[in-house]
Amino acid sequence: MKVGIVSYGGYIPRYRITPKDIGAVWGSDGEAMGRALNIRSKSIPAPDEDVITISVEAARAAMAKVEIDPTDIGAIYVGSESHPYAVKPTATVVAEAIGAAPVLTAADFEFACKAGTAAIQTCMGLTLSKMYRYGLAIGADTSQGAPGDALEYSASAGGAAIVIGTEGVVADIDHTISYTTDTPDFWRREGQRYPSHGGRFTGEPAYFKHVLSCAQLLFKRAGTKPEDYDYAVFHQPNGKFPVRAGKQLGFKEGQLDKGLLVRDIGNTYSGAILLGLAAILDVADPGDRIFAVGYGSGAGSDGFDITVTEEIRRLKRAGPSIQDMIQDAKFVDYATYAKFRGKIHLGEAAA
Amino acid sequence: MAIPRFWREIPSRYNLIGTKCGSCGKVDFPPREICPDCGRKSLGKMHSFRLSGKGSLVTFAVVHDAPAQLEMQKPYVVGIFEMDEGVRLTSQLISVEPGDVKIGMRVQAVFRKLGQQGEAGVIHYGYKFRPSL
Amino acid sequence: MRDVAIIGVGETPFGELWERSFRDLGIEAGLKAIQDAKIGSDDIDAVYIGNMSAGKFIDQEHVAALVADYAGLADRHLPTVRVEGGGACGALALFQARLAIASGMYDIVVVGGAEKMTDVGDVQAAEILAGTADQEWESVFGATFAGLYAMMARRHMHEYGTRREHLAAVAVKNHKNGSLNPNAQFQREITMETVLQAPWVAEPLGLFDCAPLSDGAAAVVLCAMERARSFTDAPIRILGSGQASDFLALHDRRSLTAMDATTEAGARALKQAKLAPKDVQVAEVHDNFTITEILAIEDLGFVEKGKGGPATLDGVTALNGKVSVNPSGGLKARGQPVGATGVAQAVEIVRQLRGEAGKRQVVGAKHGLTHTLGGTGATAVVHIFGRAD
Repeated sequence: MKVGIVSYGGYIPRYRITPKDIGAVWGSDGEAMGRALNIRSKSIPAPDEDVITISVEAARAAMAKVEIDPTDIGAIYVGSESHPYAVKPTATVVAEAIGAAPVLTAADFEFACKAGTAAIQTCMGLTLSKMYRYGLAIGADTSQGAPGDALEYSASAGGAAIVIGTEGVVADIDHTISYTTDTPDFWRREGQRYPSHGGRFTGEPAYFKHVLSCAQLLFKRAGTKPEDYDYAVFHQPNGKFPVRAGKQLGFKEGQLDKGLLVRDIGNTYSGAILLGLAAILDVADPGDRIFAVGYGSGAGSDGFDITVTEEIRRLKRAGPSIQDMIQDAKFVDYATYAKFRGKIHLGEAAA
Repeated sequence: MAIPRFWREIPSRYNLIGTKCGSCGKVDFPPREICPDCGRKSLGKMHSFRLSGKGSLVTFAVVHDAPAQLEMQKPYVVGIFEMDEGVRLTSQLISVEPGDVKIGMRVQAVFRKLGQQGEAGVIHYGYKFRPSL
Repeated sequence: MRDVAIIGVGETPFGELWERSFRDLGIEAGLKAIQDAKIGSDDIDAVYIGNMSAGKFIDQEHVAALVADYAGLADRHLPTVRVEGGGACGALALFQARLAIASGMYDIVVVGGAEKMTDVGDVQAAEILAGTADQEWESVFGATFAGLYAMMARRHMHEYGTRREHLAAVAVKNHKNGSLNPNAQFQREITMETVLQAPWVAEPLGLFDCAPLSDGAAAVVLCAMERARSFTDAPIRILGSGQASDFLALHDRRSLTAMDATTEAGARALKQAKLAPKDVQVAEVHDNFTITEILAIEDLGFVEKGKGGPATLDGVTALNGKVSVNPSGGLKARGQPVGATGVAQAVEIVRQLRGEAGKRQVVGAKHGLTHTLGGTGATAVVHIFGRAD
């Protein structure tokens, strides 16, 4: 029996800032940083947005494309590293907001940027085993980089929701495989405002080791080569790593293009690979094959071998596409960005 | 806002659940026990009804003197919206420059943070509106 | 139903009165009214107090008993009650007291209105005022009190072509009147330019389109007409009273540019008084915002719907114009300690009808009207007064 993607939806906040404007405040050459990272701009959440609102909007976008009774969704998992609450799940708000409550199971996941793909795998198991009819996996973040740190150029906001099931599948997930080790490349301790990272350690021993290893395992499991795929999408912490990984694996730049959103919206962390996948699904045709490998610091990669089905033509194209959302951009300066992101400490309001 | 007071309104604040009068068909939001037009005839006939979230802007104001919760967002636009079902609501209009707001423009509901009970308190969510896409 | 008259009035200055507490203000106004009425404490049958939100402003409920206590009346064990209805509470207290005397239950009732708004900060005060709108479905969504009235103004501009100059004309007129009122919070005239260039509060309303936060109190002594002349040569009769309510939330009202509660309350009062709007020479209307006065003069029937702006700009409602509106300076210039408003309006009308209004006297005032609102118009109260002779 096939299991796969039944619907999908994304949400990207409208505000943007450029590397140039970030660099100017810290006495760095922002434009050079932008070139080094292959990032032109990143998305910023408005003061009234957070991972909960982004998850709801993405979930609603997914539900709007199909005629599914929300009460048939048996499980909702939201992966993020910037859940608004440390204790009280994002998933329950999503459940209420899409009408899936109260008969369902739900939880929030954490595994840095791969919490969303972990949620997908969980939903695959639950629906293949016929425990539930559909599962909803969401990856969303409004993550921050410490002011003045390199991560500030890329850490952004956005999310996507994937409905997983065995009926009405628009993209079969034929194979999934993961590669997981204890690797401390990037982390955030409880109570700390901003994450910490190991600098260059985040490259070879972390991102590349796991993405490439997982990719090789996936090729082997699926019996495929890079040429067999129409699209490839990787976790995208900047615009360089995924391109390099793709090249090393033998993919051509053209295969990565549609899913490489980081250049315009930055690194949406748990949302990144799911949004990249959503952007591809917006333009994919039946029969297209997609190679998707995510990555989460700490560290691990989940890989997926996906084939688009005829059913994709039945999706209602309600609402904006991922590209539409990328184009719906309002640029702001660093002061506004700092205000929105709470980097300016507001005192307790006087009575 | 107090915890139960906000929690009670989740169906209406998240999902625009109102009521439709079984006697005259008028839609009310938030839900009502009794139809203002039909009076007693409507008792027991008020059915749960979900608004589509689509409507038009009837009037608006740009708020500069904001309450503490909305300091970050001022100046912001507040508006009265007439839903396609006939009932009117009040909320913020976002994703648009105040100078581009026009009475009559088409809008759709979106899900946003309304406020929170301090840095350590519960966060409240609900509907705001943006120009129709 | 017996006739009821006002035999005494009193008020404190209105303003930011840091040295005066709520108790101080309530007592001062009450004692002045009692002295003006030339009655003693033995004559008082009951005390009605209008106060909107002492519970939030000064953490004090149960204020009617408090005021009677500090006025030296505690051991007389008088009936006391606080009346609330948003900003209309002073006028509602007057309405209730009149009913009580008209019914024969009491002969003499002291009606006071008081509010102490400056013990909390501006932002908190604004949030307290917003409690008279629909808390769950307006305030929670970011509609401030000024924002709600601004939306009415915007719609009035859209439907009738009203401009900011028309709104500003209300403020200019009322400040001019206020400069003639020694008890007013603001006693300086202002120019149209000042109003138009003021910082925004909620567009299209700026700082000078909005009445201030104020401390203050006012009181009147009501007396059954049949006994009034034993206390005063110039009893002022309540000729008619009307009170009406409407949907709480602005978005549920029939119209965003007319207050049906005002129209109803006004019609009821005029009917009882057997008068028409043209018979009224002086009126104190609720101008918590400039737009509110424009709506009021239209809804009370002084000018045609939609023409309130041009009428004000043309001087129709100026002091000794066709109908003098807000000779005291209104809420805008005289100040608006919320609970005191309705009573202070009555005090002004009584002075006008007695011929005691000094520099702001409306010449030939025979009939006067007060108009007071709660929230964004969910409550309206209109009283009409005339000389008893």
